[in-house]
Amino acid sequence: MPHSESTPEQQEAPARTQLTPTMEDTTLNLGNGGLTDEDLLMADVEDVESPPVVAPAAAIEPPSSAPTTKPASPEEDAPVDIKQETKSEVKLEDLFEGMDSDSDDEFSSKNNNNKDVITGQIPPSSPGPAAPAGSNPDLLRVFYQLLFPWRYYFQWLNHSPQPTPDFKFREFSLWLTGGVVFRFQSYATLDLLRKDVFKHLPERIEIGPIYTANPRDRKTFRNSSAFRPIAKELCFDIDLTDYDDVRTCCDKATICIKCWQFITMAIKVLDVALREDFGYEHIMWVYSGRRGAHAWVCDRKARNLDDHKRKALGNYFSVVKGGEKTGKRVNIRRPLHPHLARSLDILKEHFLTDVLEAQDPWREEDRAEKLLQLLPDIKLRQALKEKWEANPGRSSTAKWGDIDSVAKSIPSVNAKDLLEAKQDIVLEYTYPRLDILVTEQRTHLLKSPFVVHPGTGRVCVPIDTNDLEGFDPLDVPTIGGLVNEIDSDSSGMVKKEGEDEDKKGADWERTSIKPYIDQFRGFVHGLLREEREFVRVKREREEEEGKLDF
Amino acid sequence: MNRIDAKRRNVVDHRKKQFAEATYQPQQYPHRLNFYTTPPTADITLEQFEQWAIDRLRILAELEACSFRNKTPAETAAHMEPLLKKYLPLDSTSSNHSQLFAQRQKDHYSHFILRLAFSSTEDLRRRFTRVESMLFRLRFQGDDMRERNAFVRTLNLDWEPVSEEEKRELATELAATVGFSGKRGQPTVQEEEWSKVDWERVPDLIEHRKVFVKRGKAYVPSREQQSMVMTEFNSRLEKALELTARALPRLDEDDRLTPILNHLSKNFIAPDSVYTNSSSAIEGAEISARNIDNLSQHFPMCMQHLHRTLRRDSKLRHFGRLQYTLFLKGIGLNLEECLVFWRSSFNKMSDDEFNKGYRYNVRHVYGDVGGDSNRRSGGYSPYSCQKILTEHAPGNGEAHGCPYRHFDEQNLMALLEGVGINDKVVLQGVRDDKQKQKFHMACNRVFEYVHKNEVRRAKDEGVMTAAQLETIVHPNEYFKRSYLLKNMGKIAKKEGDGDVKMDG
Ligand SMILES: [Zn+2]
Repeated sequence: MPHSESTPEQQEAPARTQLTPTMEDTTLNLGNGGLTDEDLLMADVEDVESPPVVAPAAAIEPPSSAPTTKPASPEEDAPVDIKQETKSEVKLEDLFEGMDSDSDDEFSSKNNNNKDVITGQIPPSSPGPAAPAGSNPDLLRVFYQLLFPWRYYFQWLNHSPQPTPDFKFREFSLWLTGGVVFRFQSYATLDLLRKDVFKHLPERIEIGPIYTANPRDRKTFRNSSAFRPIAKELCFDIDLTDYDDVRTCCDKATICIKCWQFITMAIKVLDVALREDFGYEHIMWVYSGRRGAHAWVCDRKARNLDDHKRKALGNYFSVVKGGEKTGKRVNIRRPLHPHLARSLDILKEHFLTDVLEAQDPWREEDRAEKLLQLLPDIKLRQALKEKWEANPGRSSTAKWGDIDSVAKSIPSVNAKDLLEAKQDIVLEYTYPRLDILVTEQRTHLLKSPFVVHPGTGRVCVPIDTNDLEGFDPLDVPTIGGLVNEIDSDSSGMVKKEGEDEDKKGADWERTSIKPYIDQFRGFVHGLLREEREFVRVKREREEEEGKLDF
Repeated sequence: MNRIDAKRRNVVDHRKKQFAEATYQPQQYPHRLNFYTTPPTADITLEQFEQWAIDRLRILAELEACSFRNKTPAETAAHMEPLLKKYLPLDSTSSNHSQLFAQRQKDHYSHFILRLAFSSTEDLRRRFTRVESMLFRLRFQGDDMRERNAFVRTLNLDWEPVSEEEKRELATELAATVGFSGKRGQPTVQEEEWSKVDWERVPDLIEHRKVFVKRGKAYVPSREQQSMVMTEFNSRLEKALELTARALPRLDEDDRLTPILNHLSKNFIAPDSVYTNSSSAIEGAEISARNIDNLSQHFPMCMQHLHRTLRRDSKLRHFGRLQYTLFLKGIGLNLEECLVFWRSSFNKMSDDEFNKGYRYNVRHVYGDVGGDSNRRSGGYSPYSCQKILTEHAPGNGEAHGCPYRHFDEQNLMALLEGVGINDKVVLQGVRDDKQKQKFHMACNRVFEYVHKNEVRRAKDEGVMTAAQLETIVHPNEYFKRSYLLKNMGKIAKKEGDGDVKMDG
């Protein structure tokens, strides 16, 4: 009985009875036409009441690298009149942010990675090689109907069995194939959200803040203090493209298990600090579908932080500063702050194996030059340079060892300076690199857990921090694989038809997404337990106070 | 539950009423410092109303100018001392000054008058909170230690003292934060008084990792109390201003005050906004898309770097586009030309893509589209140095920001040499400025070097007043002054209408 221990949730049962009969239809429809894109998309767009729209994501990337199957572009610039839709209080920064042409962040609202941009209106009947599985409407329909963990998802965001403002006033944004984005969507119940998702089959869903009022009504508020964000999970975003200067195995959108270790070590450092330093307990790490990870800190206290405090927290975790022009990127005081001392302890091991051995970042002479620049004492630098020039191709591990051995023979080297420089180097190569805006701004949208990455087809599953080393992003279930699992399984299931729905269990339980949903369920239960406790304590306190008043 | 709630509401209302009545008693000012929690109640004349407000505004404007010039706290204190004596004196209780009450009343009332003038928009509220905090901080630091502690006690901030036992337990961690100020003769962990507070109360200390934090509690040494008090001051003022904003419409009915308040808020012009309209006034200059390459010789380093990056890559990332578009708008490039400029600069892009992705944003910057308030105000204001220096430091692959601050020394030198600045003395000066974090000084130093002949001539011939040649704190001022100096013969003498008003 998978759901027996969960809190009662009213809409689950009727919705499931609707879902199951459609399953066979859906699987039959695969590759078989059915609804056209216009039915799925264009017609529905009209139905949405004044859909808020940001400029189409598909329109931004320079054509040089865009897919050759360019769509017949609509007559107008954007499907909906942008002018009419832009809120008066829109921030210029936000506007520009949504428009970045070479963003290396695939998940915040400014995403425009080439391969993620689906420019074609792909006929469902012929999902050719140009149609990534992650945006195939037929696959998406099966996915949302049978595999998406709606019940826990609702509980996660709502913090209670009955819909609360935490859910009702939450912004969702739906990204449709073709670049249309519906922002400021909100739903009074889980059922309404689910219906809208089934209707539009978004290739991604992003989650925004909880507002003081219904986001759909935002235009009816005249000043910004009446309609403003009040809560949001505290989020962190780590993306491997921010490590392009230290990873040698891959670059841009590609990843492998070697460079994934940068994410692994980042998670270790952040997770322990969020717990030990800040006392947070309900932290969920989610694979972002391609080359990064997101943290959702869901403790009530974290959700209620204002932007100023989020910024302070973000900067607490900001150690590697600047970019290529900045030179030495780690400049920290001594003695080391306890957080940095602990981080260094965690990272030292990773530096030796995952950086020096696996990435070998200083093997080539020009790359070794960078290492030299980070070291103190000109004589030391000179001596090392000579040594390495005499031994071309010397490994990074050997070069790292050379620093101490060569330094011993140079009296001018200050041992303390050298040690500190080496610590700084370790941090520069391993300390988490965050997309700080995701952490700082409540209004920043972040890609929802459990949606499918449109480019890779991989599901954004939670990462088990108890088995970080065991997580391989390339092994994560894909939408295509999951739908196949259901397909092959459902033929066998026919015999059991007529059986009680509950006994049969949810479809996802028979696929490889099960462990991830189980993990999510466990996480959500922990969160809800604390929420109930909070409500109980609050009620008791109020009753106490009430008694005093009598 | 409802019944209890109703009951409680009554009780609270009752207390509130009592409290409200109490405030109508004549006010006393036992402390020099004031958190301005109680509004004034006594009558004052209209002349006092206006004069007190103007005096306080003068102080706040001067404080803001100090921050734009990147003055250190010590420099700011020295600069402000005579001005404060003159316009807003506030003596310690122990001084037994005969005007103690009058001083404190003026401080109290002028604060509340300006609240009325500066609560109408979010932008004004933010700036007001910022400068009022600066003023409070300045006074807090200068306050008599005993009187200050007495004042802090009245605030009822809930700080939990750290026990001797816990100090011993956490000795290593606490020692790491004690050492940060780097002074000898520091108290040891055991000597220091520590208090434990929720970290949310001291975000500034957390942000800079100045304190040890464990399971949500920050361990704050006594010398960092100020941070906690400032956070409290800030958040209380922010909340109060929002309440004032909501009460404001009712005030409109008093037509004696409205003109005064309007006048006050107009005098508090944002340095950021000063360039939106006035600077297109350079007569005879061809400010057009095709002339930008030529004009870029007059750009400060931050904009030259953006321009060069744009030319090299045919693209800029979003904060870069934002900073540069606003600057171009500020030098007087009109919307049509600006669109032409970006269109031709993004030469690897199709018309379609440009129209979809960029055209709207440029128009928004110019106030051509967007909400009512955006269009009314003519879009966004060019960034001041302050803004460029402090907001959104550039990351990987980004070209915005201030090179004097955000480049390392080597890259900065390469950039300067790249535009032909090879003078060893100047370069060394820039390096020193950078080390002392005097980024304005570095920029002005470069300006002076590049324009040394023209500046001399302008001074000799009296073409420009000293005020027109003071420290540049805005990239658009840099451009304007550079252009005027280099074209001195060709342009009629003009008044410096582009001066930053708050700096006077
Ligand atoms: Zn790799």
